[in-house]
Amino acid sequence: MISTPTASGSPIVTLPAVAGVGLNPAHVAEILAGGTPVGFFEVLAENYMGAGGPPHRRLTAIRERFPLSVHGVGLSIGGAEPLDRDHLARLACLVARYQPAAVSEHLGWSSHDGRHLGEPLPLPYTEETLARVVERVDEVQTALGRPILLENPASYLRFAASTIPEVDFLAAVAERSGCGLLLDVANLDVSATNLGFDAAAAIDAFPMRHVGEIHLAGRFETVDEAGQPLFVAAHDGPVPESVWSLWERALARSGPIPTVIEWDAELPGWTIVAAEAARAERRLAALRRARGTADAAA
Amino acid sequence: MPPHEIQAAFAAALIDTERPPPEGLIGRDGGPVARRFAVHRAARLAGLIGALEVRHPVVARLVGDAFFTAMAQAFVAAHPPASPLLLAWGDDLPAFLGRFRPSARIPYLADVARLESAWARAHHAAEAVALTPAALDALAPPDRQAATIVAHPSVGLVASDHPVVSIWLAHRRDGDPQPPAAWVGEAALVVRPEAEVRVHRLTPGAHALAAALLAGASVAAATAAAKAADESCDADAALADLVQFGAVTGFTSADPADRRL
Repeated sequence: MISTPTASGSPIVTLPAVAGVGLNPAHVAEILAGGTPVGFFEVLAENYMGAGGPPHRRLTAIRERFPLSVHGVGLSIGGAEPLDRDHLARLACLVARYQPAAVSEHLGWSSHDGRHLGEPLPLPYTEETLARVVERVDEVQTALGRPILLENPASYLRFAASTIPEVDFLAAVAERSGCGLLLDVANLDVSATNLGFDAAAAIDAFPMRHVGEIHLAGRFETVDEAGQPLFVAAHDGPVPESVWSLWERALARSGPIPTVIEWDAELPGWTIVAAEAARAERRLAALRRARGTADAAA
Repeated sequence: MPPHEIQAAFAAALIDTERPPPEGLIGRDGGPVARRFAVHRAARLAGLIGALEVRHPVVARLVGDAFFTAMAQAFVAAHPPASPLLLAWGDDLPAFLGRFRPSARIPYLADVARLESAWARAHHAAEAVALTPAALDALAPPDRQAATIVAHPSVGLVASDHPVVSIWLAHRRDGDPQPPAAWVGEAALVVRPEAEVRVHRLTPGAHALAAALLAGASVAAATAAAKAADESCDADAALADLVQFGAVTGFTSADPADRRL
């Protein structure tokens, strides 16, 4: 294991500022058998909400060896309806059981009228939705007894009703609720392409002081019916160079931040995913050393 | 439009693929949104169909990718999940398949789905310590006859007019499945006493015994049920097997005083 400097960004995660990987069950046997290690693992919360069985045995074994980040996808924090109390209780139970170093959820909604709609969906950014999201984040943090990180979504379209830029919306949620942010650089690059804004400028404007974790991932590139580029956050391949350079740009502002490689579809062997994490770790290690030198000089 | 109405319109168009995208959405540079909205529809379906495939890999292998996708889409429309706990979603699939006309030519498909649902429930069931055979041996015959069982939380029973266990076993892995040796009905006990889910074939008598015990009958009553199903059934041996499989975590008395044995 790597020695574990604490994160430099948000004080509300205890993850080390190293590279981690989104855990896929297909890789667990190889990881536990001593295959190329990484700094930590992130798991999808909903995959570990059964009462018992092999998933929990796997997660327990991973948790004994690595720091853990729990990433929820189903709370529907941006939804118009009240939070699903049963689901929140399940998340609280998982967090209490595994005591992860970070807990995160999405800025989006996934439940409506008693139905679960799958992947988190976009919401318009207005004063009304901002107040609602702040209230929900507060409710989640109260139930968990700890702050969470909220992730920026991948956008494919925008709402005419929106009155607040996404980056301002996220900063306001963090400031009002006390939550941290999970900067998904891959989502930000996808959104910039899909909505036609400048990704570098968005990184420069992102409230890095609230960022406790970063996501990097691959994407599927296509075009819409007008021939305009349409990128899909498919997590189905290596991290594109444009995402790596935006990540560098973000870290230049913040210093090293725990960074997760997400690879969920078209899944390759563990060594390929671990190599992506190793690339991130080399850069983070250099930044940690530089910071250590600066700290020593100060 | 207030946010809850925007969300309601978004959800309605997400679910009903015949509808155009809702009003109030804008593409890049004010451009069209249909393909962009379709990304959300596709992500929803891919996520839900993927969850069903994780739960029902043998059904997927039996019908092939294209059929499974179309069938799963119809199931999603008929039985959309209410909860984000997708690992527990899909118990309605066997009954759905029993009514699904396009798969009527595969009459055993619903029972294979039933076995896979039981497998998934066992996989995620709570941990519990199963009794050892010694605990059964320690019961004096009169106590044993009056006893009812406490089943392991992972236990499930599936009975079929088709050789459902043989079909499931033959298609668990990719490869060239061999047809069942004999086309006779099979029953299965599904249980996860330790780390891994186990599937045991039960004789008709053993199945009747297990079904009666799981429904709360005493060993004496369950033995009668086993004999009624199959006169030659050795009910004592069938009970010993259930304990051996790890399906029993305790015995209680059927006596109204309900004393723990």
